[in-house]
Amino acid sequence: MSENKFCEFKSYSEPGPGDGGRTGAWRVVRPVIDKEKCIPCKKNKQACFTCWLLCPDGVVSKDIPPAIDYEYCKGCGICAEECPVGAIVMVEETSIDKEEC
Amino acid sequence: MHIIESGNVAAAHGVRLSRAQVIAAYPITPQTPLTEKLSEFVEGNELQAEYIPVESEHSALSVCIAASSAGARAFTATSANGLLYMNEQLHWAAGARLPIVMCVVNRGVGAPWTIWNDHQDSISQRDTGWIQLYACDHQQIIDTVIKAFYLAEAVKIPVMVCYDGYILSHTYMPFQVPDSDAVEEFLPAFSREYCLDPENPANLNTVTLPDSRDNIRGEKAPGYMEIRHGLHTDMRKSMDVLSDIDHAFESKFQRGGFSYLENYRCEDADYAVVCMGSLSYQFHDAVDILREQGYSVGVSGLRLYRPFPEQIVRDAFSARKGLIVFEKALSYGNQGALFADIKSALYSCNQRPFVQNCILGLGGREIKTQDLVETLKSACEQEGATQDAPQWMGLQLENSE
Repeated sequence: MSENKFCEFKSYSEPGPGDGGRTGAWRVVRPVIDKEKCIPCKKNKQACFTCWLLCPDGVVSKDIPPAIDYEYCKGCGICAEECPVGAIVMVEETSIDKEEC
Repeated sequence: MHIIESGNVAAAHGVRLSRAQVIAAYPITPQTPLTEKLSEFVEGNELQAEYIPVESEHSALSVCIAASSAGARAFTATSANGLLYMNEQLHWAAGARLPIVMCVVNRGVGAPWTIWNDHQDSISQRDTGWIQLYACDHQQIIDTVIKAFYLAEAVKIPVMVCYDGYILSHTYMPFQVPDSDAVEEFLPAFSREYCLDPENPANLNTVTLPDSRDNIRGEKAPGYMEIRHGLHTDMRKSMDVLSDIDHAFESKFQRGGFSYLENYRCEDADYAVVCMGSLSYQFHDAVDILREQGYSVGVSGLRLYRPFPEQIVRDAFSARKGLIVFEKALSYGNQGALFADIKSALYSCNQRPFVQNCILGLGGREIKTQDLVETLKSACEQEGATQDAPQWMGLQLENSE
């Protein structure tokens, strides 16, 4: 039987940050967490984490306070929409001083 | 063991002996008896497979795609409009490099509605990236199905095994059913390097951007164009693999061995007929009759249509005086697809025959051997030139010539 190698190139992507490229550049508005309102921050307990649960890109951490990875956050706004205490607001990227962040 | 059965049952035995693990199909004439037989095999424990009834052909191939992605040997079968309903998934199966085998029981395509034989269904799917093999009789059907699994899994490209509806699917002929142990030795159990694995989750064939880029490990991942280029180059390389498989099969089972072209009285023929499927065997009679009358003719049945064996075609035909391509399909508004392919293959030859095209047998129109004799005879006598426009045989128009 011939020794040719077949199917050298295939589409096979493993889950992990950056498989879709640095998608943070797509963002027009960014979610910003108000730690005064955020439930786990206020109670200092592993509670709520609705933003972590519902983020479609898995860029919100389950920490206190929850951290958002802006390298990959596309700014979809689901976290802000779903936060039960309105602790996340979407801020125009253009209004953010790049040197600050 | 020899049995006398229909072409559809021959195909079903081929699938049984190949130990398909997942079968999903939707019944359509003239394929139905094939899938009925397979469900009998599964029900009677003669075949350890999951038989999944589905609500459409699109779903049938989708199930096969999923099964094959999960690492199972998958089979489906269809005809005509059923094949066309699979069209999107045909491209997907090939691009995803899934070694699915499908029987296409060739039938004309509606409208107007027809259930009878021609080749428009599979020919219209020639650019989907599937390998297409055409069988000429019952023995070739069962043998080709077994070889098709081997080929698909060796080159990781899905394979269609095409055979004529009714003419082969519903007629009864004696054929040899190979011993299951011998087939098991010939065709190893299914193994797949890349399939879904819960231990190592991965996304297969996700959206792929125009440019290639790094994967999460920082290695360069192929882009869409590299993956598609790979499909094409592997298709080309699969011709050698088919030839190897045919030789291995022949040495084990003492039959077969026509990988690309099956020639009849062609060695010294000035004029050769090229066609596909059972028509090439019907032409044996026409060739015999014309040989008796002193005409130097032969017939060549093309077994492999995609990938197209250009070099084999050049070697076989460039020194002939004339070539007549008989086709049961048409690229509407142009000419027969096989005719165009053959002319294209011969273009790079310094010496080449005239080539003519004859369209016949659409929607099951009867092909009379005497008509084949007359058409071939007049092509030989005219010492013709290449004509791009096809002539039609068996057309019943008033005032037609």
